[in-house]
Amino acid sequence: MVKIAAFIKANKQFTFFSLLAAAVIAVAWLAPLLPIQDPYAAVMRDSLQAPSAEHWFGTDKLGRDVFSRVIFGARTSLSATLTLVFCIFLLGSVLGVLAGYFGKLVDTVIMRVADMMISFPGMILAIAIAGILGASITNAVIAITMVSWTKYARLSRSLVLKIRHKDYVAAATVTGSRTLYILRRYMLPNALPTLVITAATDIGGMMLELAGLSFLGFGALAPTPEWGLMLNEGRSCLENAPWMMIFPGLAIFLVVVIFNLLGDSLRDVLDPRTDN
Amino acid sequence: MSLKDFGKRILQIVIVLLGVSFLTFSLTYLAPGDPVRSMYAASGVIPSEEVLESMREQLGLNKPFLVQYFNWLGNCLHGDFGTSFSSGKPVVDSLLARLWPTLKLSLLSLALMLLIAVPAGMLAAVKRNKWPDYLVRACTFFGISMPNFWVGLLLIYLLALKLNLLPVTSITGGWQRMVMPAITMAFAMAAKYTRQVRTAVLDELSQDYVVGARCRGIKESVILWRHVFPNALLPLVTMLGLSLGNLLGGTAVVETIFSYPGLGSLAVSAITAHDYYLIQGVVLWIALIYMVINLAVDISYTYLDPRMREGR
Repeated sequence: MVKIAAFIKANKQFTFFSLLAAAVIAVAWLAPLLPIQDPYAAVMRDSLQAPSAEHWFGTDKLGRDVFSRVIFGARTSLSATLTLVFCIFLLGSVLGVLAGYFGKLVDTVIMRVADMMISFPGMILAIAIAGILGASITNAVIAITMVSWTKYARLSRSLVLKIRHKDYVAAATVTGSRTLYILRRYMLPNALPTLVITAATDIGGMMLELAGLSFLGFGALAPTPEWGLMLNEGRSCLENAPWMMIFPGLAIFLVVVIFNLLGDSLRDVLDPRTDN
Repeated sequence: MSLKDFGKRILQIVIVLLGVSFLTFSLTYLAPGDPVRSMYAASGVIPSEEVLESMREQLGLNKPFLVQYFNWLGNCLHGDFGTSFSSGKPVVDSLLARLWPTLKLSLLSLALMLLIAVPAGMLAAVKRNKWPDYLVRACTFFGISMPNFWVGLLLIYLLALKLNLLPVTSITGGWQRMVMPAITMAFAMAAKYTRQVRTAVLDELSQDYVVGARCRGIKESVILWRHVFPNALLPLVTMLGLSLGNLLGGTAVVETIFSYPGLGSLAVSAITAHDYYLIQGVVLWIALIYMVINLAVDISYTYLDPRMREGR
């Protein structure tokens, strides 16, 4: 308890932003339990109503409550974004650690593929992949994973290479430790902090990319409440119902701000080099 | 950059292009949907099985995957990227028609971005840890967190619908149609660049030559503009190259919002229409532009930075 209190006192910023992020996640998670209207219930009689006491953020074309769609949208956007960051993190780190540890052919193959992905704009390939695979939030996650893992691969490879030829690794090899054990016990823990910081700072950006794909129609599908898709729907009613565009956009903006701040403060906590 | 390095880079570009083309080709091959069927669907005809089969035969779509790929590749090398299913025009024509609008828009938004980022970044660096610095840093932080399609929609709502200053869409029209797309693209980039300018200027300000110049009693403004400024711009050249490559690839989202007839919106409509040759053409084209610009940036370094020249 004392330790926790001391940590909170030493890292006020980080504590504050993690609480905010936790609140956002809690709202998203508990959305079905909250006393809000059904985000799918279409009441044509109430279509395109301006914000009021009954509908805080107004209603959309089909008379659905924009407020509850924004809240439920957090579920879709957050779960997809966190899955995406986890996939990129996992794929990139595993490939990078393997490339760094084994070197030679493994390294060449993995890093040449990574070079190829880096040497041209990823978003256009992500759009192409998502479009060709067919629109769905899963395919959007796959598409962005395919073009974004390279950053983590390069990072974890360079971190592994730093300790690859240290004496204690050689000692472990000589005393007969299995390769998997060395990877798990020495290589991964060494690379992990930097990779976690990178992942945390990436959450905001990835959320924007996913919302962008959905906005173009290559992500979430029609009735699903998703912020990018809601902005796309709002686009066609811009003149009559600006609230359909303002509130989902504001939601993306706020959540991205929170996660960006969280990422920055996590870097300050974990990385002693940025002491200023 | 020596001739040998140059040759290596060209080889690398060719390899990447081959890899990219193979990836997109295999994706379209594996994708659900029949290009021949969608081609007829686009023209509003419901064809019989025999017609479909003979069309496949004619287009070579019934051949094995690798044969199809190498046929297509061979045609590309002769400048024939195939015919677009949806428009019936050669893919090359569609690409060339979209290049100039995208180039205009890219250059305009880069210029706009530099007009914001350079003064703001320099101000923040010079007034480090005073209120202008904090203000600029807060603005860049919010700028980075704003989804650019939201910025675009807000601009349309305010400038076009409420104030009636500009046209709502950018399909046709004169310079006015480029204003909002350019602001939208410049907005997101400006946040990134302002930080970069700030860091670069701070780096230069801490160099010994700045201290030396101050000791010799040279005016602060002269130090800043004659000495620090040119040096701080150098690292930006690489970033500008990358950004130009990205912009020339067409920023799909922004072009789609404003219905601007550029490469990005072409890519989106090609994908939506399952127009396979067009998709492959666009992706290859964008990859090529991006890499050639990067190469040009690296070559330009040799001229901009004397330290990079050989024999020094």
